This record gives sequence, C-alpha cells and structure tokens, in this order.
Amino acid sequence: MTEPILETRGLTKRFGALVASDGVSIDLRPGEIHAVIGPNGAGKSTLIGQICGTVIPDEGSVHFQGHDVTDETVAARAGRGLGRTFQVSALAMEDTVLQNTLLGALSASSSPWRLWRSVLNDRDLVARADAALGRVGLSDRRATRCADLSHGQRRQLEVAVALTLSPRAFVMDEPMAGLGAEGSKALTAFLDGLRDKAPILLVEHDMDAVFALADRISVLAEGRILATGTVAEIRADPEVRTAYLGEDA
Amino acid sequence: MIPERFLNALLLGGLLGVALLADWRDEPFTITLATRATILAIAATGLNLALGLGGLVSLGHAVFFGLGGYAMGILAFHAQTYAPVELGPLAIEGTTSMPLIWVTAIAVSSLAALVIGLLSLRTSGVYFIMITLAFGQMFFYFAVSWSAYGGEDGLSIYVRNGFPGLNTLDPIQFFSLCFVLLCLVLVLWSRLARSPFGLALNAARQVPARVETVGLDPKRLKLAAFVLSGAITGLAGALFADLNRFVSPSMFSWQLSGELIVLVILGGVARLCGPVAGAMLFVALEHWLGGLTEFWHVWLGAILLLIVLFAKGGLVGLLSGRPASHD
Repeated sequence: MTEPILETRGLTKRFGALVASDGVSIDLRPGEIHAVIGPNGAGKSTLIGQICGTVIPDEGSVHFQGHDVTDETVAARAGRGLGRTFQVSALAMEDTVLQNTLLGALSASSSPWRLWRSVLNDRDLVARADAALGRVGLSDRRATRCADLSHGQRRQLEVAVALTLSPRAFVMDEPMAGLGAEGSKALTAFLDGLRDKAPILLVEHDMDAVFALADRISVLAEGRILATGTVAEIRADPEVRTAYLGEDA
Repeated sequence: MIPERFLNALLLGGLLGVALLADWRDEPFTITLATRATILAIAATGLNLALGLGGLVSLGHAVFFGLGGYAMGILAFHAQTYAPVELGPLAIEGTTSMPLIWVTAIAVSSLAALVIGLLSLRTSGVYFIMITLAFGQMFFYFAVSWSAYGGEDGLSIYVRNGFPGLNTLDPIQFFSLCFVLLCLVLVLWSRLARSPFGLALNAARQVPARVETVGLDPKRLKLAAFVLSGAITGLAGALFADLNRFVSPSMFSWQLSGELIVLVILGGVARLCGPVAGAMLFVALEHWLGGLTEFWHVWLGAILLLIVLFAKGGLVGLLSGRPASHD
C-alpha cells in the first residue's frame, strides 16, 4: 500500500459533553479523492478544523507528508502544501478576482515582505495567478470585484486560490454548496481532473458528486467513522444505509 | 467628478501654493498654518497605514507623536545645557541636528510600536481600541510626572534645530523641508499599498482566515504595518515639536489620537491623500472658525457627522466620485 499523504490518528475533540470527534482515523492516499459524508452535526467541520489547524484536538494526531503537524499553526500547515477551500467563501470581497488569486501566488513564492515593487508588475506572480484562473475558467473575470461575482464563480475562485499554492493535498469543505445542477456538474468534472495533481479530501453533501468522484468514501456519524470503503462497499453497507442513506437508498 | 490622481495633485499643489503665496505676501503666520497642516498630514498618513490598509483602529497614535516630540525635546534640551543624556553607563550627547533627531524619533517610536503592537494585536475590535488608548494614557501620565523634562509644563526649546544647508528659522524653508518629507511619506504609502505586502495586509484586514490558509500570518502583517505606521507618526511628532519649539504632555493626549483619526476619516480612509485633505480642512477650520467662536469643535463635529453619514470615502471619496473602498 502506498504511504498516505494525509492521515489522522484517533482524533478526539469534545465540546463540553458533546463528542464532536470520537477517535477519528482517516487517510488520504496519492491520486485519490476520499469523500467524507455524514448527516449534519456528524462532526465533519470539526474534523476539517483539526486537519487544517483551526481546531486543536484533545487527543490524537494529524500527519501530513510523514510529519506530525498536530501542534503546527494553520499557516505552517498551508506552507507544507495543505490547500483548503472553505464552505462559506472566505475571499477579500473588496478586491478583484486577480488580487484574491495573487494572494495565494505571493504566499507560494514567499514574497509578502516585498514592500516597494507593485504586485501587478511582478510577472511571475501574475502569471501564476492567471494560470490558476485559467484552469478554473475565470480568466475573463480577473478584473471583477469579488463582491460582484456569482455564488458559483466565488466557489471557482476558492479553488483557484488554493491552486496557486500548488498544494500537495486539498481539503475541500462542501465545494458544491449552493451551486446549481450545471455548476455542480462543471465543478465535478474539474475536480475529477485535479486528483492527478494532488489528492482531495472532499467533504460534500451532493451525493451525485460524491458517487461520481470518490475513490473511497468514509461515513461519519456522531463523531465516529461508521465505515470506510469504495463506493460499491458503502452503498451496500447495511449500517450506513440505516444511519445515513436512508432505507430506500 | 475629479480623477483621484488629479485631486491629489490639486491638494498638494494647493498646500504648496498657500505657503508660497504667504511667503510672497510676507505672512509668516499663514506659512506656519500650512506647516502645521503638512506635519499633521504626515502624522495622519502614518495612521492611515495602520487604519486604512490594516484596519487597525488605534486610539493610541499620540504615543508615537509624543515620543517623536520628546525625542526632539530631550536631545535639543541636552544640547542647550551641554549635559549628555545619562542612560545608565551610556552618555549620549544632545544634538540640534534635525536628521539625527528624526532618526532617533523614528527609532524610538518604531520600538514603542513594536512592543505596543505585540501586546495589542492579541486583541481586536473594541478591545484593540481600548488597549491602545490605555497605552496612550500611560505615556501621557508618565510625561506629566517626568519633572526632569518639564513635567506638566512641558519643555521649551529656544532655537529651532538645524538642517544642513537650510535656515530652518525661515518659515518657508522649514515648510519646504516638511513638505518634501510629506511627499516622501506619501510615495512610501502608495508603494506599500500596491506592493505584495499591501495586498496581503489588505486581505488580512478583510479575511484573516483566508490569509492564514494560504500560509501567511495575518498578525505579523498587521504588526509590521503598525510599526511602520508608528515610525511615520513619530517623525511627524519631531517636526511638530520643532514647529512649536515646545514639547508638552499634550502631545501624548488621547484627544490628539482622536484628532488623528478624525483627520483620516474627514479626508478619506485608505485614500492616499485623504490625510492631506483632512489635515488641510482641519487646520483651516481651526483657524477660521476658531477665530469666530471658541466652540468651533461643534462645527467640526457637524462636518464629521455629515461626512460619516453621506460620504464614507471622506472628502477625497466625495470629490473623486469613487465609492468607499471599505467602511
């Protein structure tokens, strides 16, 4: 078996009496899309928070490319190549699409401490940002203010910003949320091509997308992993059917 | 509507024009007013870096203004009395050289901004405002009780400090010196705003979570902005003290911190020449309305209210017609 790029071991997080993560062990291998599904309140967001560093686990550890990153900050993990997209778009709304993308590019080229030269005159940075925008199909929108983008375009921009970092692994928190059927389809096709660049840990509610994309699926319920397996295995698992997919699934 | 670039040139040209005209008509007091506006504009441009680009509402920028002022006062006082400044084992000669005083003012205020910033940036929002205010009050009362340098009464310096090749006692020459510094500070501000650092800082103000996720530390960006901001305001403090040939604890007062914020808001937050417009309007009102009534602040308040309600981009935003870049 290939060495996983991203791995959690026995992550446990309690909020008072509520156990949001209960010994969660999950891994992400090269070239795969690993989907995490589960009903609301299953602990998906808490899990993502612990992987990315915004939530500190009570027990357990997070490993990224062989390093124990449990005690590292969000920024340090990002620096190692963990690319995250947010469920609710976290973009600089007053800035243009290009400026938002440049933020990722300048971080990747570690140039935030250049105080003098205009960022728009830095050809390497702009080329890097433009390449990412081109890949998600937002090139014609580069001068648009982020606040004027449609919801779907903001989701695309989220992915573009993550792309500028050339991440070693993606963690995507419901990238399909709020997209129409067309938008979902387009993004699904795009993510499908992305897995060769870097594996994706995909938390998603859109079951069509999950079944179309996932190499493996983990089902989370009440903070615990109920089952992990291929699409066929998960579809067939009786426990999962009762807990999540519903009897008639 | 006037393009912002043109408006900026108009504002700076107007400021320079007023001073040159006053010199020609031999009205030194008017030149002093123009110099006062220039120096306040430098101080407010410093604040505009933290407030406008970094979103840091500092109610303690008088600390840096005051430190710049006292750096000038103390160095010049020791030069006047021919006694070195005793710093433990170190004895530093006083000086009447402006460049040396400026370097000292910038160094001291950056250091203070670093320490204050490190502590204050652990908080945000109202708490940030309160903690910077608290630092301001600490410095104010320290200066009041520091009897070696005049305590409450302040410190008078009898001769304006010198600059190589200039007669700084000539009002128009001292004005020109301040005006050149203002232009340099504005160039620095506009370069910063467009630089990768400015882009990252601007994003850190809007969405810190995003900045972290791309691997940058938003706090460190804000701290750097705060230190640069304090340094510029400190330089203005040294100039202000030299303009008045007098330093007193009032340079540390929270009212002064508030006035700097008012200047920035009047002129336009995060606008290059917002602080210049704000300072010019402020000094003009202070002079004309102040001559008519002792209670001119009432009218200043009314104008501020109108700007905040109807022109969020301040004067520059109103005249250039570009909507507020942010609230």
